[in-house]
Amino acid sequence: MIAVAALVILLPSVAAATGLLGSRFPRGVRGGAADVAANRRAAWIAVVPTGISTVLAVWLAYAGWSGGGGGPGEPFPFPAGPSGPSGIGGVTGTLDVIDTGSVPISVGLLVDGLSASIAVLVTVVALAVQIYSIGYLGDDRRYPSYSAFISLFTGAMLLVVYAADLLVLYVGWEIMGLCSYLLIGHWWEDRANSRAAVKAFLVTRLGDVGFLFGIFVLGTAAGSFRVADVIAKVPEMSTGTIVAATMLLLAGVAGKSAQVPLHVWLPDAMAGPTPISALIHAATMVAAGIFVVARLYPVFLDAGPTLDVLAVLAALGMLGAALAALAQDDLKRVLAYSTISQLAYMAGALAAGSESAAIFHLITHGAFKALLFLCAGAVIHAVGSNLMSTMGGLHRELPITFAAMTIGFAALMGLPPASGFFSKDEVLVAMERALSAGPLTDAAALLLYGCALATIAVTGAYATRAWLRTFFGERPVNALPEPEPGTAHVVDVHEAPATMRWPIVILAVPALLLGLVGITGVHWGTAALSVVVALLGAGAVYAAWRSDPLGDPARMLGPFRAPCEQAFYVDSLYTALFVRPVLGLARMVARTDDRVVDGAVRGSGRATVSLAGLVRLAQNGNAQIYVTGLLAGVLLIAVGAVIFG
Amino acid sequence: MTEAPSYLSPTGQEIVFLLLGAVAVGSALLVVTTRQLVHAALWLVVCFGALAGGYLVLTAEFVAWVQVLIYVGAIVALLLFGIMLTRAPIGRTADLDSRNRPAAAVVAVATAVVLVTVVIDGFRTAYAPLEPGGGSAKELGSSIFRNWVLPFEALSVLLLAALIGAIVLSRTDIRGRD
Amino acid sequence: MHVVYPAVVSALLFSIGVYGVLARRNTILVLMSVELMLNAVNLNLVAFDVWLRDRLHGGQVLTLFVIVIAAAEVGLGLAIILALYRNRQTVDLDRLRDLAEPTGTGDGAARDPVRGPLRGPLRGPAPTGSGGALTDSGQAVSESATRSGETS
Repeated sequence: MIAVAALVILLPSVAAATGLLGSRFPRGVRGGAADVAANRRAAWIAVVPTGISTVLAVWLAYAGWSGGGGGPGEPFPFPAGPSGPSGIGGVTGTLDVIDTGSVPISVGLLVDGLSASIAVLVTVVALAVQIYSIGYLGDDRRYPSYSAFISLFTGAMLLVVYAADLLVLYVGWEIMGLCSYLLIGHWWEDRANSRAAVKAFLVTRLGDVGFLFGIFVLGTAAGSFRVADVIAKVPEMSTGTIVAATMLLLAGVAGKSAQVPLHVWLPDAMAGPTPISALIHAATMVAAGIFVVARLYPVFLDAGPTLDVLAVLAALGMLGAALAALAQDDLKRVLAYSTISQLAYMAGALAAGSESAAIFHLITHGAFKALLFLCAGAVIHAVGSNLMSTMGGLHRELPITFAAMTIGFAALMGLPPASGFFSKDEVLVAMERALSAGPLTDAAALLLYGCALATIAVTGAYATRAWLRTFFGERPVNALPEPEPGTAHVVDVHEAPATMRWPIVILAVPALLLGLVGITGVHWGTAALSVVVALLGAGAVYAAWRSDPLGDPARMLGPFRAPCEQAFYVDSLYTALFVRPVLGLARMVARTDDRVVDGAVRGSGRATVSLAGLVRLAQNGNAQIYVTGLLAGVLLIAVGAVIFG
Repeated sequence: MTEAPSYLSPTGQEIVFLLLGAVAVGSALLVVTTRQLVHAALWLVVCFGALAGGYLVLTAEFVAWVQVLIYVGAIVALLLFGIMLTRAPIGRTADLDSRNRPAAAVVAVATAVVLVTVVIDGFRTAYAPLEPGGGSAKELGSSIFRNWVLPFEALSVLLLAALIGAIVLSRTDIRGRD
Repeated sequence: MHVVYPAVVSALLFSIGVYGVLARRNTILVLMSVELMLNAVNLNLVAFDVWLRDRLHGGQVLTLFVIVIAAAEVGLGLAIILALYRNRQTVDLDRLRDLAEPTGTGDGAARDPVRGPLRGPLRGPAPTGSGGALTDSGQAVSESATRSGETS
């Protein structure tokens, strides 16, 4: 079983290396027919291993579900592990132990219900995105590297999911960050894109520093980096250690999962190609933070203050991001803020004490958000612009996309029978329970629950607004702006090619039906409440839209619209608080380097030259002066010899 | 060697020597400070003459006459020829001193102070009784040709070499090998 | 006769000679000052000869030798001065500066802005007294020097 898991990880990684090195092999030529051939080969290299990985991951999950893993032929001697949430016995395998001198690093994998189910999500979405990308970017000059990076990302994410050791997990974690950076900056010719990539990289790195130190704290406290050992040692650790470690881990989680206050990179990351937004910045990578919390959940459960902080951050994040989504005009940014909001839901569920609810929502959200992004990509592909003000009435031209996106929006709003309804219901129930019992303080629990309810209403509102403005009403007749690089290939509106259409259709199925897994656990009272609240929000937007179909329903926000559109000026605040002082500091350092360090170097040279000049004054060729000096020296020596001799 | 008499009661020889010495030092000062080139040469004659007198007082009569003959007669005449051959300005010249003069003065004064101090300190009690005849031509001649013949001969070769060198240097029609 | 008297006179004469060598510009005057220093030595030699009653009369004989050598020295010195005068039309010591480091050559002196102003004080004040610039006739001097070196 561990061998299969290793294979699942290795296949995309090998595909990445092959894709990067082998797409143009052996000729290495560029341009024209060679590019087409290279892209075709790269597509095969990318899709086939991902497909095999998907099959294997599904098999792993199925085997775990039905047989409890670990057959008689199990080659690895570590059958024990933390019990997964879905009741599968975990299976760990250690491939190698790196002796570091203090705390050894065990290169090992862990397959349990959590990792198996998340792995299925990752591979399925990655496969869909790989196929979709063939249609979306198949004729891009850099498609081979693009698909290779996706493969690399897939491998890294699977490594995070299956890792049994925190440092191994961290390796995958950082590779994901690298891939995110590379893919956001895919169209780096546009300066804004490369800046967005750098921003994402820096912000997530900021969190990762905390994450790494959190790992160190946990590892040294437990004497091992293995997840199982760490969790086993939790009761022996002091509260201070646990709170410090979880707080540090939380920084990394906030960075990766785009939670307040490190969420600012995610909306800008939409500068990347839409499939990347779907894969990395909606379905998988941003979920890694939530996954890590779930993986180390027993540690977090013992750290009450950390959970309170997580709850407050989640509460602020879900409502703020939802409000920001309500005011955006860029369709992808709407979805980006919606992602932040939904991730905050998961974080809220974790804080409320229900990791299964968080993971359930993570999986359904991965499915429907990937679907939404892919649909948005199809819409943008067709219209040639990201802006909703240039869309409208598309339900006639794009019926399939319209249907799929309707499912996606329904799931997002939490309307039955779409998957989001069930998972969001679980989350709400968890929060409701946290009000009376659970690890949270009352104030945090109350704030969390209130914000969650409000967010449901706002979610309904912005989903309805995006849906209405994209697919209904009339398209404005004003001339389209010049298409941005890569976002538009054609401007006439028609349905996307098959390679893009099929992933949408395939993803629509889990987005619609995945929730039925949890149908038995539905609490109908809470569910009814959330549906009503969501419909209220949707209804308000619908009413505003009906009164003026060409106008933006966001106008009903009134004076709050500008702050919402700017995401409450967090970016400006960061610019004023961090960017400018750092730039000033950097300039100061540069100046110091120029003036002081280089100045010392140049100054020593100059001092030597001027000292030499002073000495050269004596070397003027006048023999009399030489003799004068000579005699004076003789005199001094004589006097010295007389006095001291 | 013998018991030194007091400095407060100088002998007549000492008085004469001191007077001659004063003349020598004074004219030497004028040699190095005068603004006229030819005057410098003439003051040099006075200085050398006074020194010759000093040699006489010190009973070195042969040396005194040689001093007069060679220095006053030959060397100063040579120097005067040199002055004329280099077309040096006759009369007062403003720039006979170089800009090094202050440093030179300092060094010279320091030299004088050091030397005089050391000499006085070292020879305060030394006294040389003067006996005439010690430096006569006969004495010196016998000494030179008895004890100092070899240096004397070597010196004659040196003089020959200097003669040839001076001729070669001053004639323009003798070219060196290229 | 107290030995101190001739010794002091000789010391003073020597110092005056030093001053003349260091302060005089005209080469012939420098030569005269050298003669003064030689005479100071002579006076010392004679005085100590008398004091020590040297039976070999080493002091006085050496004085004679010094006088002879001085004559030879003056002869050669004047010959050199004349050769110098023929080549340079000057016998001023402070205008004979071929010993100085040549200007404008060597390791990128022109490139270095720091050295630029340094040239001024180094080279500038030299001609103020005599009003002449550095004459560029080092070849003639070296030629005559070669000749003297060969023949002597």
